[in-house]
Amino acid sequence: MNAPVPGALTSSLLYLDGVSVSFDGFKAIRGLSLTIEPGEMRAIIGPNGAGKTTMMDIITGKTKPDVGTVMFGGTVDLTKLDEAAIANLGIGRKFQKPTVFDSHTIEDNILLALKSKRSVGKTLFWKTESPQQKRIDDILGIIRLADRRDRLAGSLSHGQKQWLEIGMLLAQDPKLLLVDEPAAGMTDGETAQTAVLLKEIARDHSVIVVEHDMGFIRELGVKVTVLHEGSVLAEGPLDHVSANERVVEVYLGR
Amino acid sequence: MITRFLLQNMDKRGGIFLAILLGSAVLVPLSNLLLPASSPFHVPTSTLSLWGKYLCYALLAVSLDLVWGYCGILSLGHGAFFALGGYAMGMYLMRQIGSRGVYGNPILPDFMVFLNWQELPWYWWGFSSFPFAMLMVLAVPGLLAFVFGWFAFRSRVTGVYLSIITQALTYALLLAFFRNDMGFGGNNGLTDFKDILGFNIQAQATRAALFSLTCIMLAAGFLIARGIVVSKLGKVVTAIRDAESRTRFLGYRVDRFKLFVFTVSACMAGVAGALYVPQVGIINPSEFAPANSIETVIWVAVGGRGTLVGAALGAVVVNWAKTLFTSGFMAPYWLFALGGLFVVVTLFLPKGILGTAEAIWARRRKPDSTPAAEPAPAE
Repeated sequence: MNAPVPGALTSSLLYLDGVSVSFDGFKAIRGLSLTIEPGEMRAIIGPNGAGKTTMMDIITGKTKPDVGTVMFGGTVDLTKLDEAAIANLGIGRKFQKPTVFDSHTIEDNILLALKSKRSVGKTLFWKTESPQQKRIDDILGIIRLADRRDRLAGSLSHGQKQWLEIGMLLAQDPKLLLVDEPAAGMTDGETAQTAVLLKEIARDHSVIVVEHDMGFIRELGVKVTVLHEGSVLAEGPLDHVSANERVVEVYLGR
Repeated sequence: MITRFLLQNMDKRGGIFLAILLGSAVLVPLSNLLLPASSPFHVPTSTLSLWGKYLCYALLAVSLDLVWGYCGILSLGHGAFFALGGYAMGMYLMRQIGSRGVYGNPILPDFMVFLNWQELPWYWWGFSSFPFAMLMVLAVPGLLAFVFGWFAFRSRVTGVYLSIITQALTYALLLAFFRNDMGFGGNNGLTDFKDILGFNIQAQATRAALFSLTCIMLAAGFLIARGIVVSKLGKVVTAIRDAESRTRFLGYRVDRFKLFVFTVSACMAGVAGALYVPQVGIINPSEFAPANSIETVIWVAVGGRGTLVGAALGAVVVNWAKTLFTSGFMAPYWLFALGGLFVVVTLFLPKGILGTAEAIWARRRKPDSTPAAEPAPAE
């Protein structure tokens, strides 16, 4: 769907090469290389401390890598930009712990995320036009919260907050979504529904999902990257990866 | 567009507040000027001036509530913006004295003659013009807030650290304005005002007009703050208060939004100071005292943080109580009472007087329904 941009170094949507970062001497990421193609959905797994969250921090501009290349859309160097600029380029992020705006209504949460000009002046004199209202209504339908739109987000259950946050990502309409443990703390029923929701989203967005839950990843049925100690250990379909001896070793701790 | 901006989603609470303010702006001065002193409806000039002062504090409280209640910026230095607005007004009033000062110098204020100054310092130029002085009332606090906020918010200074540097800001200004060679009258400040726009500042009619104007400016300040708060920008600002980094990942430049509300708030505090000075007849460096700024925080907390109307109410109630307690046998205990009030409100009325009253009211009307979901400001 995305033709390579002229002058681009790569046709990938996201391109990480030789990225390293350390905190007080601890190497959280060492020589990480990863590419995500346009329209791809990728699952990332790895034991605790493998560098999954740090990798997301680097992509979204929260953490600057010590060395390495991070390119978006083949032309934009993400290491030079701050969080807001990266978000406006079209990279959305869902956190591990659901973070929604508790004292706003569900509808206002979506409105705040809705793709629009983010300047002070534009928001001060904002008026929601009917196509935008329709988009908000659509998203509320997709995340199954339409009948609770006027309730405060703080009153939602954990699972509903996760969906609301996914809905906010949809409203942002990013080119790439980073989703950190979307099924954490969910019931089996909610987990299955979340998998359906993510697959729907992946039809017209590129998605990176970080997850612990193997069953959930099996349900997604996508290419898997295994991280270990800050670099890629294995990559491929889930069955292929889980047959890999080293992966088994890392997960079972020998 | 402006009318829509100011009046969108006007609620009952705001409507009542505006009606009281605009009613007072008309009726109180009329009763003061037209009714005989024997009438039970007569408002004495002293009461009128006192309440004018309370309403200036109310405007200051509204400005603080805008940044603290809605954006989570606990400014412990808002008194500085109030005092700077006051000084700008004071400088205009000093220049109006002309040759009627003790030393009769047509150009230099008395304190400059006393210090053997030969000519007016450059930063006093233009203050004989009322429009220029009014521009400075807005521009000086606004510019200070902009520059201060630009550095603080870009460096992502938040929470208690920001509170401490705002406190340091007002303390630094306090020390600076105490110095005689700053050219603002040292510790005596600016006083002995004669007239404003050609009207005698002591005259009953002038005082009534100033009261009326204060009511109107408080109403205007409330409308502007409310317009900001209910707009989408207000929602962004509340989002910043509750989850700052989440807002940043949505693509909002948090520092610019903070800077906007902080600057607007400082301008509003400046206007409050400018209305205060002609009504109390003096401005001196003690207005920069850190304790004043902290007291303002107490007014807002007592009235109800994040409600705007509550902030104004808190300022009036606390200051009315202060007048009551400090004029009589209770005088030595005022600070204990104030401290106690803050503790009581924090422990038992976390939503302040207004928030609690509204919660009780809502429960009375719908006894069987669950408590209405009210947005509660996060710490």
